[in-house]
Amino acid sequence: MRTTNGCALVTGGSRGIGAATCARLAADGWPVGVVYRSDAAAAARVVEGIAASGGVAIAVCADVRDPLAPDRAFAAAEDAFGPVLVLVNNAGITADGLSPQLEDDAWDRVLETNLTGAFRFTRRALGPMLRARHGRIVNVASIVGLVANAGQANYAAAKAGLSGMTKTVAVEVARRGITVNAVAPGFIATDLTSDLPADVTSRIPARRVGTPDDVAGCIAFLASQDAAYVTGQTLVVDGGLIA
Amino acid sequence: MSQTITPETVEQAVYAALKTFGVEPHQMTREATFESLEVDSLDLVELAQIVQEEFGVKLDAAHMAGLNTVGDAIDMVVGRA
Repeated sequence: MRTTNGCALVTGGSRGIGAATCARLAADGWPVGVVYRSDAAAAARVVEGIAASGGVAIAVCADVRDPLAPDRAFAAAEDAFGPVLVLVNNAGITADGLSPQLEDDAWDRVLETNLTGAFRFTRRALGPMLRARHGRIVNVASIVGLVANAGQANYAAAKAGLSGMTKTVAVEVARRGITVNAVAPGFIATDLTSDLPADVTSRIPARRVGTPDDVAGCIAFLASQDAAYVTGQTLVVDGGLIA
Repeated sequence: MSQTITPETVEQAVYAALKTFGVEPHQMTREATFESLEVDSLDLVELAQIVQEEFGVKLDAAHMAGLNTVGDAIDMVVGRA
């Protein structure tokens, strides 16, 4: 639950894990900035859903690849709700291909969106969090950053990078009451995983694909006061797949 | 709105920042080193933020790395007015 004034900002908030996280954080009492790149209608639905449940949220259009996006997104959230005390770096894309054929553009787009964008949003978040002596940053990594997945060298590099960044930023700012953690989802039913193989559930010990809410609940925990002494960690949310 | 930069206004802002880092008023002198005050690198990052907000002077990591004493910090900000 929210225990302080301020708000949460979720990148990639219009769909999938991001949308579920926005709804969950709003249910926990946080005003939420729903950051989206292109699907204004989906972001509006997330905002409307939160409002219908008694929460407050605004949609913020920003492409995390744009170096100016963090200032714009934070300014919008700060103007509406006060300081951003929870940041969820969720925006992510895939551009798969086996390494011999992976083009520079596919490499760059995935790294810029999934890793560089998350770093820039984190950097922008830390100033006010340092002054507030409180903050929660949760990065949405992936089990693909922890174990191999052929065809995703770019995505794996970005997600492993997120886990590494999480650890280092966490120790830099821990003494200011700021925690930095990551979740590493396994197979979650979202647009990004719409082409999962049919037999995937038989490989998952839990015998089911995860839901966005499964991940959102873990993010909400890491954003909560209950997780005040947890930092620098990557929490795997995969139904036991890589246990 | 940025404050006018004078040695007095900068000293006042730096001392106010040091107080939030846990430095006792009687320890605050221009000659005191940040090390002796147990002001660490994260505190200096925060001090740079405060200076930027209050005086509009941007101090990057290279500027901060050369600072040894409280007076060094005050002089650097005043010198960049």
